[in-house]
Amino acid sequence: MSKNIILCGVGGQGTILASRLIATAAMDKGIPIKTAETIGMAQRGGSVFSHVRIGEGTNSPLIGKGEVDLIIGFEPGETVRQLPFLKKGGAVVVSSRPVMPVSAMIGQSHYDADAMVEYLKANVEHLTLVDADKAAEELGSAKVLNVVLLGAALRSGELGLGEEDLENAIREKVPEKFLELNKKALAWSRE
Amino acid sequence: MHKEFLMGNEAIALGALAAGVNLVSGYPGTPSTEVLETIAKRNPGNVYVEWSINEKAGMEVAAGAAYAGARALVTMKQVGLNVASDPLMSLEYIGVKGGMVVLVADDPGPISSQTEQDTRTFGMFSKVPVFDPASVSEAYEMIQEAFDFSEKYGTPVFFRATTRVDHGYEALEVKDPEEYYVNKPEGFVKDPSRWVIFPRLSVKNHALIEKRNAELKTVLSGYYRNQIIKESADGCRKGIATQGVNFMYTLDSLHGRNARVLRVATPFPFPEKLALEFLEGLDEVLCVEELDPVIERALIFTCGKYGLNVKIRGKMTGDIPPSGENSMEIVGNALTGFLGEAEDTAAGSGNALPQPPALPVRPPVLCAGCPHRASFYAVKAAMRGKKTIYCGDIGCYTLGNAAPLDMCDTCLCMGAGIGIAQGVGHIEPNTKCFAFVGDSTFFASGITGTVNAFYNQADMTLVVLDNSTTAMTGHQPHPGTGRTVMGQVVEKVSIEKVLRAIGLTVVETVDPLDFALSVETVKRVAAEPGVKAIIFRSPCIAITKPKGRSHVDPNKCIGCGKCIRELGCPAIILDSDGKKAKIDTSMCTGCTLCEQICPVKAISGGTKNDTAAAGNSTNDTVASDPKGGRHE
Repeated sequence: MSKNIILCGVGGQGTILASRLIATAAMDKGIPIKTAETIGMAQRGGSVFSHVRIGEGTNSPLIGKGEVDLIIGFEPGETVRQLPFLKKGGAVVVSSRPVMPVSAMIGQSHYDADAMVEYLKANVEHLTLVDADKAAEELGSAKVLNVVLLGAALRSGELGLGEEDLENAIREKVPEKFLELNKKALAWSRE
Repeated sequence: MHKEFLMGNEAIALGALAAGVNLVSGYPGTPSTEVLETIAKRNPGNVYVEWSINEKAGMEVAAGAAYAGARALVTMKQVGLNVASDPLMSLEYIGVKGGMVVLVADDPGPISSQTEQDTRTFGMFSKVPVFDPASVSEAYEMIQEAFDFSEKYGTPVFFRATTRVDHGYEALEVKDPEEYYVNKPEGFVKDPSRWVIFPRLSVKNHALIEKRNAELKTVLSGYYRNQIIKESADGCRKGIATQGVNFMYTLDSLHGRNARVLRVATPFPFPEKLALEFLEGLDEVLCVEELDPVIERALIFTCGKYGLNVKIRGKMTGDIPPSGENSMEIVGNALTGFLGEAEDTAAGSGNALPQPPALPVRPPVLCAGCPHRASFYAVKAAMRGKKTIYCGDIGCYTLGNAAPLDMCDTCLCMGAGIGIAQGVGHIEPNTKCFAFVGDSTFFASGITGTVNAFYNQADMTLVVLDNSTTAMTGHQPHPGTGRTVMGQVVEKVSIEKVLRAIGLTVVETVDPLDFALSVETVKRVAAEPGVKAIIFRSPCIAITKPKGRSHVDPNKCIGCGKCIRELGCPAIILDSDGKKAKIDTSMCTGCTLCEQICPVKAISGGTKNDTAAAGNSTNDTVASDPKGGRHE
């Protein structure tokens, strides 16, 4: 089994921790794992992505266009940006909550997030929309969006890992006092 | 041995520890920073580690250690090598006793740099051998080999990785500390004929270096990481020569197509003998590489030297883009252009997508609550209507160039803003010239420029943006912070005292989050003659805890949009009706800048960092001693 995954969003949203959790879960199961991250200036509110490759038979840390099994999108516009990487029949799990760029707030650019969601609905068969506002309200924190999305990714069937694998990874990587919150976040999309 | 999931830079650091490195120095810079940080974190206790004030200092410290027989590592990004080039150029003539590895992280793209310079070319220029790893797991092994090689041939070596190796991650087997090689330095042995560079020694050593490097072409042809992957079927007339992560892109993009592959792990000295073996019987070669056409030139040279009729293609023939980072798509398309379509391809099975709506435009911005925003806004407000130039520098504050602040008219390299402000002032005496420099950059390369401006009678305002850390690269300590990477608490170097010691008489320190006081200070200081300085001191929001969050009273907000339009803070958005301002509390740090500029006082709830410059907000022009110690 091998899986190619892209996580994408805006710098500061927690994409790196999410890819770290996937990698930890894979490594604990003895599955080969490679990732490539955006680190540096783009972390200051720019577009960021992680490429994650699970399984045998790959050399490159970057994934080619049309080769991705699953996109985990933290933001609708950023997900549309990465869509050319998705393979036919691939899955997309996306938070519908937009992050408005400063350039759009001061009128220097235009960003219509609803149009992005409509575009995703029209062009992705296997689409899971995650209501990030509802999740934040019910969980009492907006900071666990990354784990909420991982839970939804799990349920898409394209992650190549089990719920228990991710729970173990969370136990390894997340501080004790946030453990309960993260476990709830992982389970949130079950309802 | 045990298994770990490691970033490339972490793997390089653990490889250096496994090779028994005794001393590690460097200056932070993306994508190199995590190497030294990991050494500090995983230090078995016997390694000296320092963040040097710049790359030149780091290079010299490492050279001294290697003179004494230590294994030394110095780390930097590619543009840092320019700063360190003076000692390195001479060091190659002198040589080393202990193994010395110069780790340089190149940045194709560039993703976080000013230039797309290629350290492989620098290797040729400086005559220093270059190792070029292709993956995270290989980098772990290769750096150990680089130390052995350096020690064996008595020369510093470059270990040149690029972003996708530095910032890639893999799960790999690494040694336990008990398995690390132990290098016991012999100590420095006095010998002026060896360690003191004079023209006579230089000409003698130059000849020896050329002889050695010529021999290394053959030696390195036998280095197992320089390799030929044979064609999958007979009758192959095409070859691909590649390097670094492009080797990985090539392997994943061949999809069964028949081609001979040469992977070059040591671009300098070029493994000529191996290259001849590779070229044997080929009609054409495509060179797949990033940055300079190093392999392409070496193969053209080899063909010329041996009279081979092989067409060499690559960047210089337009088959590979001349600039920017390669991707799987670029390499895949280049291979298809060169070899024809693959019969069996996993790629290209993506959806045919219609044109998407306009994608969000996201240049990086200053964080919500960043004190630099307040500093820039205060200078802008104070100088409104005056003819000004704002010379920026390298750091988070380069982001002050973005709208709506628009407060960075020039940016060149570390410390250059000071000299540029001076130079503009000599030509345009009526322009108010400002140079903005961060605290870490001031220590790295701002002091000499300040002395130059002061002594040569410049008229300019130096603005030091002191956020008490090296923020852009992930909060490394510097001489103003009072702690070292080894955890010692030490005497700080005071920026105020340095400036006064140079001779500046107007040096004022102010908290930029006090907007009115900041504007008043800028107006007063900028009106003084000569070189004068303002130190805006407020800690980076990433190293302090927010004390409150601002919120907008919708009954008071008149929807004038001033806070959004003038500050460009990512935490200030519009409410659901799109009329009034609203604060995104997940980002707000309660810096209160928006509260202070709201014309109807509709925003409240933040708390100014009460320990910030309050104690240091000296309006005096006599010696001000910063109390500092704000984040112990």
